[in-house]
Amino acid sequence: MSVRAPAAAETPDRAVRHRLSGEDAIRWTLVVVFAAVLYLFLLYPLGQVLWRSLLDNGGRFIGAANYIRYFSTPAIAASITNSLFVSAAAMVLTVALAFGYAYALTRTQMPAKGLFRVVAMLPLFAPSLVQAFALIYVFGNNGILTRATGLNVGIYGAKGIILAEVFYCFPHALLILMAALAATDARLYDAARTLGAGPLKTFLTVTLPGVKYGLVSASFVVFTLAITDFGAPKAIGGKFSVMATEIYNQVSGQQNFTMGATVSVVLLVPAVLAFVVDRLVQRRQYALVTSSSKPLVPGRRPLADWSLLAYCALIAGFIAAIYLVILVSSLVHRWPYNFGLTLKHYDFDTAGGYRALWNSIRVAALTAVAGTVLAFVGGYVVEKCRTAASGPLYLLSVLPVSVPGMVLGLAYIFTFNAPGSPLNALYGTLAILIISNVVHYFTVGFLTATTALKQMDAEFENVGASLGVPFYRTFWRVTVPIALPSIVAISMYFFLNAMVTLSAVVFIVAPGTELAAVAVLLMDDAGDTAQAAAMSVLIIATGLAVRSVYWLAMRGITRRTQAWTQGGAAAGEPS
Amino acid sequence: MSESAPAPAAVALEGIAKKFGAYVALRDITLSVTAGEFICFLGPSGCGKTTLLRIIAGLERQNAGTVRMAGRDVSGLPPALRNYGIVFQSYALFPNLTVGRNIAYGLETRRTGAAAIARRVDELLALVGLARHKDKYPAQLSGGEQQRVALARALAPSPALLLLDEPLSALDARVRQSLRHEIRGLQRRLGVTTVMVTHDQEEALTMADRIVVMNAGQVEQVGAPAEVYRRPRTPFVARFVGQMNFLSAVAGARSGWARVGAVELRHQPGFEAVPGGALTLAIRPEEITVGPAALHAENPLRARITAVQFLGAFTRLGLTVDGEGRTALECDVAATAFAELGVGEGADLPIALAPDALRAFPVPGPAA
Ligand SMILES: Nc1ncnc2c1ncn2[C@@H]1O[C@H](COP(=O)(O)OP(=O)(O)OP(=O)(O)O)[C@@H](O)[C@H]1O
Ligand SMILES: [Mg+2]
Repeated sequence: MSVRAPAAAETPDRAVRHRLSGEDAIRWTLVVVFAAVLYLFLLYPLGQVLWRSLLDNGGRFIGAANYIRYFSTPAIAASITNSLFVSAAAMVLTVALAFGYAYALTRTQMPAKGLFRVVAMLPLFAPSLVQAFALIYVFGNNGILTRATGLNVGIYGAKGIILAEVFYCFPHALLILMAALAATDARLYDAARTLGAGPLKTFLTVTLPGVKYGLVSASFVVFTLAITDFGAPKAIGGKFSVMATEIYNQVSGQQNFTMGATVSVVLLVPAVLAFVVDRLVQRRQYALVTSSSKPLVPGRRPLADWSLLAYCALIAGFIAAIYLVILVSSLVHRWPYNFGLTLKHYDFDTAGGYRALWNSIRVAALTAVAGTVLAFVGGYVVEKCRTAASGPLYLLSVLPVSVPGMVLGLAYIFTFNAPGSPLNALYGTLAILIISNVVHYFTVGFLTATTALKQMDAEFENVGASLGVPFYRTFWRVTVPIALPSIVAISMYFFLNAMVTLSAVVFIVAPGTELAAVAVLLMDDAGDTAQAAAMSVLIIATGLAVRSVYWLAMRGITRRTQAWTQGGAAAGEPS
Repeated sequence: MSESAPAPAAVALEGIAKKFGAYVALRDITLSVTAGEFICFLGPSGCGKTTLLRIIAGLERQNAGTVRMAGRDVSGLPPALRNYGIVFQSYALFPNLTVGRNIAYGLETRRTGAAAIARRVDELLALVGLARHKDKYPAQLSGGEQQRVALARALAPSPALLLLDEPLSALDARVRQSLRHEIRGLQRRLGVTTVMVTHDQEEALTMADRIVVMNAGQVEQVGAPAEVYRRPRTPFVARFVGQMNFLSAVAGARSGWARVGAVELRHQPGFEAVPGGALTLAIRPEEITVGPAALHAENPLRARITAVQFLGAFTRLGLTVDGEGRTALECDVAATAFAELGVGEGADLPIALAPDALRAFPVPGPAA
């Protein structure tokens, strides 16, 4: 045995460097480009918002004066408590309603589960304005129910916003809760039964604890969606001002950009907080499902099955009714006075009309392409080209999910509409709309990509390297084909969101680059509610059509890759 | 190893050290592998075998030391420029490519002719006996077949060096047995220098030309299997490779003698403690002489059988040696020989510890 002094002290802390090869140059180029994109289109613009909130409208530095004015002007400051109130209420309601629905879909033998699933997903295809429109058509001053019963429930304001947000956020919460409820171990239930626990006790001691992280996650997602949403409060909020509409009023109405920036910074706080807390909580979640877990096969419980069926039918009925009301109102002469059928509302005469729809489709398609490439390559850069930059790049990549669309839009005004800046070239183009969508929805795409990449054998690149095959070739021949289902899912996500988003683009559309969702807003503002409904129908129809194509593509991919996925080697499709 | 060969070593490591943060995974490893040799890194989990293999491969960067391949200093070269093939524990076969495509993967960027590639792929498929499976996907093959595809893929570009990280650990015992011979046979036929990592001593003993026994980031012993087995240099090696009985002893007045309880025993030369100082004696279970033969042998002892365990070809006896300090020993006796003894649990049994099988070591420190 060698009797030498421990070598630890003499060993340098830094590992030797390998000679840089052409491949390293490419790798570093990718890192730099990715970092530059995130800096230029995310970090720098957000910095601009922060900076502007410290200036007056003449550009002079005034410190916290804007904030002091914000908090001390009751009319504006009310938007903070209003926002917190409606978001918290929407959160509680949505998560509670979605939990029952998710439970019915995953843990019962209820019939027609597939149908209920599809109906619950409908809100994903519509701008958040649409839920509000439907509520107005039914409960508004001229709503069909109001007229029939003579009872005005006062839907404009907090009540309407909360209801609209509940339906808008429902599918998001449902997806998370279904995933949480599906991931369980039947053995826990067997154990509870052998220990003599009744249904209620089992529910409280096994089911609920098992999904607590899902509940937390769903709550934060709904809260963030609701507090950052602009469409619903704009359409149905009336005089009830929330932070997102306050930014819009300050910027679009009063041209008070610095106050818009101030409200934006304040709006960032709860969104970022919700995000950080959620990440901290999720980190504590250990794998509940191990390879030895037994999937739970729900047994028949007639009472539970039928009562939950009634419950789901009620909720699905409400959701379906929303879209039915929108469809009908777009097809009749004058809701609710004249129900004669007509297509005249589809003959748009304002807000860009069909050009806006066409622009939206182009923007959504290009967002899908650009977003997917950036998310997947970005995920690859962070996950597989482990460099010192990986950590910061990861943080920057997950940041967008907590940046409200209004804030991003305002940030883009400051950045791309600043006098004398070379970046102005982008202003007024479709490109800037695409960029803002890519950044706005980047996080989910990026996380889906990194999850898929993590599931792959870490040695693929090393095998390639040992065989003298450059990493980009292995990326193209192996990584991309294996991740194809995830890649297609990411592009679908970008497309659908780009079709319906309003908040991030409302500030940066320009004559010639109108978008359908913005057109809906403008038509509604101008009192053309029937045309707004007609445009909403076209947006939803486009989304559904593309989703069908996606479904067919997925079937094709699955069939083609069946041979090699038998061993379960392929990265699965994200939720 | 000490003879200076005219040709440079296929792989020569000099003073390799590796740290992960503050944790020292490898310290000062110096080692050389002769061309055509099959060498095994053997050691317990976490001792740094994989890390050392990955440093040779350039997949991990050492903090100090140099790696030479055939005389060329490759310490600073990225993996692609080192000319080796590697098989990972997981095989890392590309699931979306057929067996044939997997094997061709490393050829496609080097050779231009598609016909040449096809010929080489067929050659390798024949070599590993998988010609029938050329157009299947990895998921459609058994574990052993996948392993051979990984081997063929690594060998396809005719690398100068083959690196194997626990290539058999994911397989069941039967397949593992047959693949041991297959890999060894293949390696002999091709004459490719091979470094294999394993924590299975049997695997190392049956396959390797030389074994590098590692412990806690250091090399404990390098030698041919028989040498490592017969003459372990440290108690760690003695314990890790094969079975070993240890007896606490006190050095006697005569050089080469030690006392266990009341009995003086002669042991192998090699380690001497100061007279009266503590030392450890070691003997393998199958080296203990039992029965009448022991009565007239050197170093006789009287023992009592405390346990009898039938293990097929041989029987393992648990023994306690008479005298103070109830020393326990394990002893392997051929099943037929045990039957001839005609004794059972509780019986007294004369034994002898042959001096040339009785090794002496310093008393292990608290770390070992
Ligand atoms: N990337 C890493 N970061 C930090 N520590 C590491 C890393 N890789 C290895 N280690 C540590 O270095 C030590 C040696 O690891 P190594 O994988 O070489 O062990 P091994 O001998 O191959 O063990 P096994 O038989 O379990 O594969 C271990 O303690 C391990 O935890
Ligand atoms: Mg290992």
